[in-house]
Amino acid sequence: MIRLDNLTKVFDTPDGAVVAADHISMEVPRGEICVLLGPSGCGKTTTLKMINRIVRSTSGKVFLDGEDTSGLDTEALRRNIGYVIQQIGLFPNMTIEENITVVPKLLGWDKQRYKTRARELMDMIAMDAEAFLKRYPSELSGGQQQRIGVARALAADPPVMLMDEPFGAIDPINRAVIQDEFLKMQAELQKTIMFVSHDIDEAIKMGDRIAIFREGKLVQYSEPDELLSAPKNTFVESFLGEDRALKRLNLVRVRDVISDEIGTVVGNDTLTTARERIDAHGYRDAILLVDDRRRPIGVISRDTTGSHQGYCRDHMRGLPAVVNLGDDLRKVASLMFAHDTTWLPCVDDNGTLCGQITQRDMTHHLGSRYRARRSAADSEKPVGS
Amino acid sequence: MPIRSLSSALKLGAAILLFLAGVWAQASGLVDEFRFYWPDIRYLSVQHLWLTAISGGLAVVVAVPLGVLLSRPSVSRWAESLMQLLNVGTTIPTLAVLALSMSFLGIGTAPAIFGLFVATLLPIARNTYVGLRSVSPALMEAAAGIGMSPLQRLLRVELPNALYVIFAGIRTALAINIGTVPLAFLIGAGGLGELIFTGIDLYDTVMMLSGAIPTALLAVLVDVMIALITFLVVPRGVNPARQR
Ligand SMILES: Nc1ncnc2c1ncn2[C@@H]1O[C@H](COP(=O)(O)OP(=O)(O)OP(=O)(O)O)[C@@H](O)[C@H]1O
Ligand SMILES: [Mg+2]
Repeated sequence: MIRLDNLTKVFDTPDGAVVAADHISMEVPRGEICVLLGPSGCGKTTTLKMINRIVRSTSGKVFLDGEDTSGLDTEALRRNIGYVIQQIGLFPNMTIEENITVVPKLLGWDKQRYKTRARELMDMIAMDAEAFLKRYPSELSGGQQQRIGVARALAADPPVMLMDEPFGAIDPINRAVIQDEFLKMQAELQKTIMFVSHDIDEAIKMGDRIAIFREGKLVQYSEPDELLSAPKNTFVESFLGEDRALKRLNLVRVRDVISDEIGTVVGNDTLTTARERIDAHGYRDAILLVDDRRRPIGVISRDTTGSHQGYCRDHMRGLPAVVNLGDDLRKVASLMFAHDTTWLPCVDDNGTLCGQITQRDMTHHLGSRYRARRSAADSEKPVGS
Repeated sequence: MPIRSLSSALKLGAAILLFLAGVWAQASGLVDEFRFYWPDIRYLSVQHLWLTAISGGLAVVVAVPLGVLLSRPSVSRWAESLMQLLNVGTTIPTLAVLALSMSFLGIGTAPAIFGLFVATLLPIARNTYVGLRSVSPALMEAAAGIGMSPLQRLLRVELPNALYVIFAGIRTALAINIGTVPLAFLIGAGGLGELIFTGIDLYDTVMMLSGAIPTALLAVLVDVMIALITFLVVPRGVNPARQR
């Protein structure tokens, strides 16, 4: 959808030429978020701005939807690209409503249509239209302004969005909230987005793909999980940080690591049966008890099977925790630590048992290099998580 | 806002002084003497205002586009030096400007209007230029990135955001203008200067004040008028006077 072909920018400065972007070639598929990531001054903003010609490229081409944009009129090109600048840049002379309907007006929408659109957008960014539309930007908090900036870029429903550190000016808590809202929105809108960030955690959270820049060059362009598991060189490795394996916990889902082999007992089984199954599976401390619809309801501990007689239903202990197939490993790890256990039962959306996840499986999964494309294909991105 | 409360305090003080002066004038029988000049005051005030309106109007019409032109990126190379030139121009005393324009255009209304026009031009052009140049680059980038043409950017973003500064320039300029009009009498253009200077020549205080007081009142009137227009015309979001 967005394709950059050897895009290059050389700035002529008094101290000589600065190569801000050096033959950047990459492609962002339709509906995906690509995060440009890298240290300060590495050329992220420059690359982004060459797409909507705020910065004129020295050489190279930009294709949108397969079309070479160099043939397009600058204003027409820009009206088809939503643009969120880092400094927000709301027009202080206009009300919020005027701000977010600026592009529809430029495109000649009729009044009824853009008024309706303004309300729609306010709903989308979870702000009260009645309370805010008639206000001026100076009467909004920084976070609210930033949302309006996003709404303004979305107003004419452009297929492509360019966002330069759009959530940079917000405190961490509100940033997480806005990121979540944005991802929820994106799950519906399916825009093709280039997103500049210098925050690795934000990149992992938001990006379907991450492009790592260094001194004007594109060093690695990968999906987040691949990036974290197989950094191309020591620069990427050190940029990602020592805890990059832990960062992957966010990206991997229970369904990627689950082992469906799990022994269970039901209430009517005897403790002797339970003991036999524990031994057969080699479980160290307990076995899971499920009801007649295979929903986990408790555990039978190994010690109980040794010291008591009778039916399982009379001797079960409470369940420490259950995880869902869609949960990420970060949550799983946290639950394991909290309940001092090395395994947890996994259920699907109906609450039916699907298998278990063990600490060993997790360690194995994270510790291995990136193994199979397969898991990338069926593990969805953490959209809306 | 401290500046506003200060200026309103000043206005109140002026009003009180004016009132006390009125009381004193009444007591000393001055009012009757002023009445004597009333027809002159009326006639000359109108003339005075015309001089201001024509020269000031022309100055606005020329200076705002000039400031806009100078603020365009394509002329930015010369703009600064031109502004310096204008700044130097501002320091030339208005009387000298009038004298110069008289030496080119002779005696009468035309050289007066021209001289006043030049004196008024500079503050407006400078404020327009400065106002437009101080619109934040981020705003300009947002406007461009959204797909506005250069003209749309000027009309919808730059001018509205610079409007307050531009009006401040107009306000200053007209205050200068209206205070300078009495000098126009010296080159034969009439106005309240006629009473002032004749009064001075004749040691006739009443006559002089009959020119001076209306001049001051006109200045205040015009100032209030521009302030009102500013209040109404500049969008609330960028109007310090209308911030809640
Ligand atoms: N207008 C300009 N003139 C000259 N050099 C420039 C200009 N804009 C950017 N540069 C240089 O180009 C390089 C890349 O800048 P760019 O703004 O793309 O960095 P960035 O990756 O966005 O950094 P940051 O994270 O700090 O925003 C820097 O070395 C910068 O100094
Ligand atoms: Mg940047």
